[in-house]
Amino acid sequence: MTSLTAGARRWPRQQPVLFLALAALGWLLAYRALIPLSETIVAALSVERATRLGSALQFFFYDTPKVLLLLTGVVFVMGIVNSHFTAERTRALLAGRSEGVGNVMAAGLGIVTPFCSCSAVPLFIGFVQAGVPLGVTFSFLIAAPMVNEVALALLLAMFGWKIAMLYMGLGLTVAIVAGWLIGRLHMEDQLEGWVRELRTGGHALPDESPTWADRIRAGLDAVGTIVGRVWPYILVGIAIGAAIHGYVPQDFLASFMGRDAWWAVPLSVLLGVPMYSNAAGILPVVEALLSKGAALGTVLAFMMSVVALSLPEVVILRKVLRPRLIATFLGVVAAGILMVGYAFNLVLG
Amino acid sequence: MREIKVLGTGCANCRMTASLLEEVAREQAVEIRVEKVERIEDIVAAGVMRTPGVVVDGKLVHSGGIPAREAIAAWLRAA
Repeated sequence: MTSLTAGARRWPRQQPVLFLALAALGWLLAYRALIPLSETIVAALSVERATRLGSALQFFFYDTPKVLLLLTGVVFVMGIVNSHFTAERTRALLAGRSEGVGNVMAAGLGIVTPFCSCSAVPLFIGFVQAGVPLGVTFSFLIAAPMVNEVALALLLAMFGWKIAMLYMGLGLTVAIVAGWLIGRLHMEDQLEGWVRELRTGGHALPDESPTWADRIRAGLDAVGTIVGRVWPYILVGIAIGAAIHGYVPQDFLASFMGRDAWWAVPLSVLLGVPMYSNAAGILPVVEALLSKGAALGTVLAFMMSVVALSLPEVVILRKVLRPRLIATFLGVVAAGILMVGYAFNLVLG
Repeated sequence: MREIKVLGTGCANCRMTASLLEEVAREQAVEIRVEKVERIEDIVAAGVMRTPGVVVDGKLVHSGGIPAREAIAAWLRAA
């Protein structure tokens, strides 16, 4: 039995190309089978499609597998992409880079460099110590959580690739501009003293170049840890979204989350701050809100605020940044998100 | 006795790493002592940018994410 499972675990590594082809095929087939399957399930439940309960159930049974499938696919691909970038390599690319170009590169690298919010502080110090300018470091730190694979996968699943790309472009813009601004303010004196005095040990890990088998393993690992962590949030989010879909009257939200309510964008940003790392749970709700008359800019601002600004992260960053720099960071990013929200509401009707 | 340090701020991955280390060591009957290094200053000073980091007998062998079982086994085997 153990040898069987060990064999099953080893074959993707021995036949990487075959494994990738089969995985892609299986994924596509599963995706194509989704709508008929969800229709069948709802039909089997013998509830009228047109009723509130029917429409809520339809939403739940269609969205859950769709979101989980797209998430698995995107996380797997990003796991493989991530294996080409390590924090050490990214740091070497950014060290000594001038502002402007550095900010653009840092934001882009923020998407592809594997990043976990519990590493934010060591990463921050590691960058600054190696001579990455403060503003460039911030561009990285803003982009990395905001434009993450979970957010992109869910946007793709629920709103399509255009909105997903738009979100990515705007997220990058906020990260680039905010980091550049922080750099222009020359707040290096706002780092805590111990950070400036710290001498890091030189014994870095040897830079290994992984094989394709290693990269596939990295992709599978990413699916295991990330999908394993966020699926409960997604289920709860979709359940709430389904309830909104079925039971909230059409256009109910237009009056207070619509385009004409100017205060809706700042309110969304404020509401987003205390909500942490629940991009996965928040997006299905957001989709349902949208269908009930909420404006896209408002809703995207809300989402960006949830993932990019969070109280726990501020508490962690406080260990290395003095209050004035923290306040500047929060202010600049919040202002950027606000502008994104307003711009969207203005352009898209 | 191998001296092993797990460097991390106490997130879930760090705890998993520590318990995985102990599990593999038990399986291989290698005596180890696992120490958790949770002060940010110490973590950064060891050159770790992504947590958890693993130091075996004073040498940094891993950083970022839960290490693979096979990797742990290899560290423990190497004298």
